[in-house]
Amino acid sequence: MSQTAIQNQRSTATDTEFDVELRKVYKVFNGETAVRGVDLGIRRGEFFSILGPSGCGKTTTLRLIAGFETPSTGEILIQGQRVSNVPSYRRPVNTVFQSYALFNHLTVWDNIAFGLRLKKRSKAEIQNRVDEVLKLVKMETFAKRFPVQLSGGQQQRIALARALVNRPAVVLLDEPLGALDLKLRKEMQVELSNLHQELGLTFVMVTHDQEEALSLSDRIAVMNHGKVEQIGSPSQIYECPQTPFVADFIGDTNLLHGKVEGAHPEMLWIVTDKGLRIKVKRAGDGHEPTSGSAVISIRPEKIHFSLTPPSDAVNCFEGRLQTVMYLGTHMHYLVELVSGDQITIMQPNVMHNPPSVETPIYVSWSPLDCLALSTN
Amino acid sequence: MDTPNSRLRFSLSWQMLFSLLMFGFMYLPILVLAFYSFNESPYSAGWKGFTWNWYYQFFTDTRILTALGNSLVVAFSATSIAAILGTLMAVGLARYQFPGKGLYQGVAYLPLIIPDIAMAVATLVFLAAAAIPLSGGTIVAAHVVFCLSYIALVVSTRINGINPHLEEAALDLGATPAQAFTKVLLPELAPAIVSGCLLAFVLSMDDFLIASFTAGDGVKTLPIEIFGRIRTGVKPDINALSVTLILASGLVFFVAEYIRYRSEQKRLQ
Amino acid sequence: MAGQSPPLSKQPSLDTEKVLPKWLEPLFLLAPAGIWLGLLLVIPTLLIFELSLVPNIRPGQVVNPSGLDNYALIFDDIYQKVVLRSLSFAVSTTFFCLLLGFPVAYWIALIVSKRWQNLVLLGFVLPLWTSSLLRSYAWITILRPTGVVNSVITLLSSMTHLTLPPLDILNREPAVLIGMTYSLLPYMVLILYASLEKLDRRLLEAAADLGATPVQTFLKVTVPQTLPGIAAGSLLVFITCLGDFVNPELLGGASSMTVARLIYNQFLGATRNWGFGSALSMILILAVSIAIALLIKYGDAVPKK
Repeated sequence: MSQTAIQNQRSTATDTEFDVELRKVYKVFNGETAVRGVDLGIRRGEFFSILGPSGCGKTTTLRLIAGFETPSTGEILIQGQRVSNVPSYRRPVNTVFQSYALFNHLTVWDNIAFGLRLKKRSKAEIQNRVDEVLKLVKMETFAKRFPVQLSGGQQQRIALARALVNRPAVVLLDEPLGALDLKLRKEMQVELSNLHQELGLTFVMVTHDQEEALSLSDRIAVMNHGKVEQIGSPSQIYECPQTPFVADFIGDTNLLHGKVEGAHPEMLWIVTDKGLRIKVKRAGDGHEPTSGSAVISIRPEKIHFSLTPPSDAVNCFEGRLQTVMYLGTHMHYLVELVSGDQITIMQPNVMHNPPSVETPIYVSWSPLDCLALSTN
Repeated sequence: MDTPNSRLRFSLSWQMLFSLLMFGFMYLPILVLAFYSFNESPYSAGWKGFTWNWYYQFFTDTRILTALGNSLVVAFSATSIAAILGTLMAVGLARYQFPGKGLYQGVAYLPLIIPDIAMAVATLVFLAAAAIPLSGGTIVAAHVVFCLSYIALVVSTRINGINPHLEEAALDLGATPAQAFTKVLLPELAPAIVSGCLLAFVLSMDDFLIASFTAGDGVKTLPIEIFGRIRTGVKPDINALSVTLILASGLVFFVAEYIRYRSEQKRLQ
Repeated sequence: MAGQSPPLSKQPSLDTEKVLPKWLEPLFLLAPAGIWLGLLLVIPTLLIFELSLVPNIRPGQVVNPSGLDNYALIFDDIYQKVVLRSLSFAVSTTFFCLLLGFPVAYWIALIVSKRWQNLVLLGFVLPLWTSSLLRSYAWITILRPTGVVNSVITLLSSMTHLTLPPLDILNREPAVLIGMTYSLLPYMVLILYASLEKLDRRLLEAAADLGATPVQTFLKVTVPQTLPGIAAGSLLVFITCLGDFVNPELLGGASSMTVARLIYNQFLGATRNWGFGSALSMILILAVSIAIALLIKYGDAVPKK
């Protein structure tokens, strides 16, 4: 099969499990630091995402890997070789650009053949590989068209094909689906995931769309202000955020600021600024505060509420419903606690008669479902 | 009735009438030249019968044909040199920030605004000071200056419109910077370079002042030859020349527009 | 199959790659044009500035800058008239181009259907592609005593039995104005069109909705909205007229001496005085630069031709 052919291609043995490594990389533009001390190791064959808000340095990081920028300090390794001073055209990586950057003066076929022709491959080989990759992205019938005659989704496939045909060690994707509408984006997510599995290549994707990152990636690096805040699998990032930023950026959460009152090998007690006393189960990963100030993160969907006081009174607080929002599959409640803290709650739409605004209610959550994070 | 609609229609018609009148104004001189170029009598304003005589006279006038040849050579050389220098300059200015860029840019686009007479004078003084003899070459050198500015102007507007990642995409696919320039950037800029060259060519063909200051006595370009003749009165063969030139430049213009239109259509279908 | 081809051949030489010094590429791109412009534009301009400080210099004499006498000469009565005439040609032509060009640009931009706009505009500026000398020459044919205009006048008077006086304007100032207006009208229309085409038509509807008459709408909405275009177009026409040589020379006769003709005469004409000619050129360059600087400072965007 054609896919296996591409798969065989990428078994260049090196002594490291990492295809891409960044070691203490800094990048300064005219006095502004875009990337500050990034350490990354991207494993062979994994789908790795760099996620963060705009201006966090994620695109610069990708451009450093591609070779469009050179690091101010630090080292970049691709398949164990130092490439910090290797120009982009000598690196075994190919990029799918956010705006696709297709060559308007060339047909789809010539766009894809561009890289192979530069490498002086034989006519027959170019023909085979271009046709093969066109089939892979289901664009065989568009070979003779010019890029401007294609829709956004089709251009995106051609951009992908143009990178994949070169069989790079690493495929870099810069917000690859950013310009597509929602429905097309979902379709392309599935295809991207299938392509990754079929080809077994290392994919590095930059995105600001957390849902995209969570659904596609093997591992995610969350970046903020030029630094990597956390690297982990999607569930680690979501379930065990290590910083308040990650907790807040990935999904919705309730953040309550407070101080550590007591520490126990199993449990932490934290009193919030407004006086709530909260019991937290320790995760034991070394990121929790054991004294001083702390932030508590509770996911809205992990909070229960009831009209009568629950029997188990741990982390249970009295409040009043402020707003009720109907979201179809879910209900969204905003509760003001007696202490003055505001808590959002997300519940599946199962109640037939949701309580009305101003109803006094009790909210509670298990010590297992909240996290204590240090405030840097 | 004085509804807003009827008033609109009224204003519509006077603007159209006025515009048609102005179209007449723009084409009147050309029609008059065409009329006289076929009129048998050289001096009378009235119609005295049809003749091809003036066209025959002009096509057999070796002085005019030599001048036309000189003009074509000058315009072609100046445009070719300016196309290379101007394109490189536009790319360089778009790509790099450097101290003194404002000054460089100001000088580069100065020929677009300073009067021809001032440029002609300055060039003559420079050539005299450097003791360079005037020739066809000096005309070309002087024409390159303004052709360069026009080409760079047209090319730089195009550069601003193309995807800034195109060259990176080429590098990413294994092209060296030189290959990225010739295989990607140049083809993308080609339409702008062509229209810039066309503009520069027409301006060079049309230039009388700078050429007459830098030509010396030896080389005469077509505008110099025409100027010498019409200062001494009306010449019917000049009418024939005008009509021929107008048709030729009209043809070049339409071919250029057609090519541009076709290439756009091809990509946009 | 294609899969048998050798693995990534780029790899072995990764770190041994030599990278060209960073300054080489900008130098390659910018130096050729820079040298050309420096030699044939910057140095010549500096040279005529130096020359303008030498009174009564002729070709072959030693350049010895000694003062502003050449500049003072401009305040001489004869030359002052020339300067004022040049200015008045430029101002009047600008006025006429604006007056004649605005309705045309308005018609093309706002009334002609989108499909035809480009074609109509191209049709209007097409005469620009013909030689400027020949366009002026055509006006000689039209305006001379036995030309088209006077033939029509003779015809009319014989038909109506009125004695209409023949129009004798060739070699006078009106002929220069007609020639200049004719040459520059297409530029004015192009620039005004660019500005009017961007005008939001809903503004006009909003003004009408708020009770403005068409005239009020035009004066209070259309004109202020297109002011940058009006300024840019006027400036372009003004500076081009100031430096125009062909129209005054061919249509104006001896009576319409302008600054450009005066400069020409100092170098190629009868009265050769390179120092004075250089001083006049410097003043022309200065006047144009000041006008452009004012536009850049007070106008928003400058639409280029």
